[in-house]
Amino acid sequence: MERVIVLTSGKGGVGKTTTTANLAMALARAGHKVVAIDADIGLRNLDVVLGLENRIVYSLVDVVDGACRLKQALVKDKRVENLFLLPAAQTRTKDAVRPDQMKALCDELRADFDFVLVDSPAGIEGGFQNAASGADEALVVTTPDMSAVRDADRIIGMLESLDKHPIRLIVNRLRPNMVREGNMLDVSDVLDILAIDLIGVVPEDDNVVTSTNKGEPLTLNSISPAARAFDNISRRLVGEEVPFLEVDDMTSGGFMARIRRALGLKG
Amino acid sequence: MSFFKKLFGVGQSRQTAKERLQLVLIHDRADISPEVMENLRRDLIAVISTYMEIDDSNIELDLEREDRSVALVASIPIRNVRRNAKVADKGQ
Ligand SMILES: Nc1ncnc2c1ncn2[C@@H]1O[C@H](COP(=O)(O)OP(=O)(O)OP(=O)(O)O)[C@@H](O)[C@H]1O
Ligand SMILES: [Mg+2]
Repeated sequence: MERVIVLTSGKGGVGKTTTTANLAMALARAGHKVVAIDADIGLRNLDVVLGLENRIVYSLVDVVDGACRLKQALVKDKRVENLFLLPAAQTRTKDAVRPDQMKALCDELRADFDFVLVDSPAGIEGGFQNAASGADEALVVTTPDMSAVRDADRIIGMLESLDKHPIRLIVNRLRPNMVREGNMLDVSDVLDILAIDLIGVVPEDDNVVTSTNKGEPLTLNSISPAARAFDNISRRLVGEEVPFLEVDDMTSGGFMARIRRALGLKG
Repeated sequence: MSFFKKLFGVGQSRQTAKERLQLVLIHDRADISPEVMENLRRDLIAVISTYMEIDDSNIELDLEREDRSVALVASIPIRNVRRNAKVADKGQ
């Protein structure tokens, strides 16, 4: 059954594009046919994170304007089967596409794909409304800091009023050491506050930056903590029961974590 | 942070952040639009008018934010209490 899922956040820079790229890659590697849409028109980035920037000919806006057919604009990934990108236009503005056009586009893609992942621009303005218009479900990305969580609350309210269901939360860039020291909101705090279902927790991980530098999403070939976390999210998306990582499992080897583990204690 | 605090992992700012966020969200979420407030005022007048005669040009309706909560505070001047209000209620 084909699913259209929008990835959103209130605050910018919390990891929507990174998450979209990694989930798309993980789902494709698991055998699903996936298209990732960059709906951040004017500020495209998903192409670079996926490492497909050199192969773009047409954009989503060209499709909507009728300048090309949908199939012509889709960029096929050469590393994995079943992964495609529908790029954003870099030289246009957010109002180049209307919500009804976006919805028609997503519906057309349903015919050919198992998963349509839409990478939304941050915020609650037109760009977000466009990105969300074709989606059934939503993933809200937040970092565990006050302003990001506050803005996530706003976006969840909007998604609810747009009847997206389910709306699930990804907590990104969790820093296990700071949580352990009591100096960062823990996942349980964020869930208490936002009161929505959690689908994954991704730790802060330098590998995210290096993988973006190389244009290779972590879920392509890495076993780093963030790669595992993204992979787990992709499995939960298809209904698998995957236990959530403990804070201590998220570092490859914090000193205290190793001692605790050696003593058979949990963090 | 002192050496001991560090050693035993007792930070403060997590709890502070959580409490501040909870408060700020109560405020954010109670940000009710003028349209909704107007509908609420109209409905309140209709309900209360079945019990008493009120001065509906001098009603004050506000959300008041206190430490941990938000309250709906209404000041509704009464002109006269209807003699058979209770009876009318039972009759329904
Ligand atoms: N788990 C992580 N660990 C380390 N760095 C991360 C992690 N997640 C994201 N980043 C970094 O944070 C930055 C912002 O990420 P990204 O572009 O995915 O956010 P975004 O929500 O799409 O931003 P925008 O709102 O501008 O579209 C990037 O430099 C990315 O490499
Ligand atoms: Mg982005």
